[in-house]
Amino acid sequence: MTVSIVDYGLGNLGSVFNMLRRIGEDARIVSEPSELAASERLLLPGVGAFDVGVDRLERTGFADGVREFAASGKPLLGICLGMQLLFERSEEGGARGLGLMAGGSRRFAAGPSLRIPHMGWNSIIPVREDPLLKGVEDDNRFYFVHSYHVVPDDPAHVLAESDYGGRFVAMVRHDNVAGAQFHPEKSHAFGMTVLRNFAQQ
Amino acid sequence: MSVFPRVIPVLLVSEGYLVKPVKFSGERYIGDPINAVRIFNEKQVDELVVLDIDAAVKGTDPDHRLIEEIASEAFMPVAYGGGVRTSEQARRITGIGIEKIVLNTAAFETPALVTEIAELLGSSSTVVSIDAKRRITGGYETYSRRASRKTGLSPVDAAKRAVELGAGELIVSSIDRESTFSGYDLKLVASVAEAVEVPVIALGGASGLNDFAAALQAGASAVAAGSLFVLNGKHRAVLITYPGQAEIRSLRPS
Repeated sequence: MTVSIVDYGLGNLGSVFNMLRRIGEDARIVSEPSELAASERLLLPGVGAFDVGVDRLERTGFADGVREFAASGKPLLGICLGMQLLFERSEEGGARGLGLMAGGSRRFAAGPSLRIPHMGWNSIIPVREDPLLKGVEDDNRFYFVHSYHVVPDDPAHVLAESDYGGRFVAMVRHDNVAGAQFHPEKSHAFGMTVLRNFAQQ
Repeated sequence: MSVFPRVIPVLLVSEGYLVKPVKFSGERYIGDPINAVRIFNEKQVDELVVLDIDAAVKGTDPDHRLIEEIASEAFMPVAYGGGVRTSEQARRITGIGIEKIVLNTAAFETPALVTEIAELLGSSSTVVSIDAKRRITGGYETYSRRASRKTGLSPVDAAKRAVELGAGELIVSSIDRESTFSGYDLKLVASVAEAVEVPVIALGGASGLNDFAAALQAGASAVAAGSLFVLNGKHRAVLITYPGQAEIRSLRPS
């Protein structure tokens, strides 16, 4: 099914689009919230600061648009900052997120051997079964770049964890709304598996 | 547990061709960059750095058509450097599907650009390349313009300044060691890695896994190489190679 990618002026749309096309899935970039009603799958990318993301979502009208889409019950996936924006808040700024899941993002605690951002390849540890994780094996690796990580209020929303100076949340799900902290579009075959699962679930 | 060490092939491009200079000069044409990107993608490399080595020197703009082709074949993070002089150019390149912008000449000649790009794209997308050469009198000198212009800064000072300006990652490149297969300049790598908190990528001189391990032990967060991954054997024939994941994971410093 066609995956619509939200263009709100942030995030690497080209990479997501390129990978969806490579795995044979239809993808389109949507620049107007009015286009969301006809969308079957919605992907919210995002790179950069939390408050900038919130501001862009609100100014483009996508904040309400994405909330309405989520209420429709159709699959929504946030990537990186796009996942953090699904929550209520972040230590990175003072703006209110989309509030589709309770909780917020916290900064990694830097240590002598812990450089921030967490940048590079790391493996994820699924904590429950999920259609998005179908075919993701134990020796998986995904590409991460982030300084903040989400802490959901409800532990039942945690789908997968990863380890960087301690466990942190790498994937979340609440009903039809899911998020990935890593970049599937830059994670070779493992990323393709997750995006294919999303497009086909 | 921390992230896996990153092992990064560096492709040097000149006028649309993949080239292999030695010690920053004497280019040798070795093939089609897109083909190389395709092969590296199939090998599922951790990350890729593509540097257009004459864009900065000749003052030409980034080759957007080439960058677009690279982005559509690379399903791993890609850093691009060469001829980026405005934040608008940087935004356009990242919009195509490139994750990081590498600055060298501009970082020294128009340092405000580093800050501008970091504010626009985030520090983790802003990489400064510190190209250093040993001074005959001792210590190191940092160069810009493909090792042709002295900046007057030591690599440690250049690195600190780049980070203050907003760089989120540094490539530390030894001009003396490029394509020599004589190992990284570990003293250089260690001095910069100690001086900054951002990740440091070691480049220049790698001959194999032992050199990777040594650079990681010296404080590098990632190791990069050009010749090692594209040239092979005594006659330096073109052959694209890359270590397996098990070998890469075994490099993690203790």
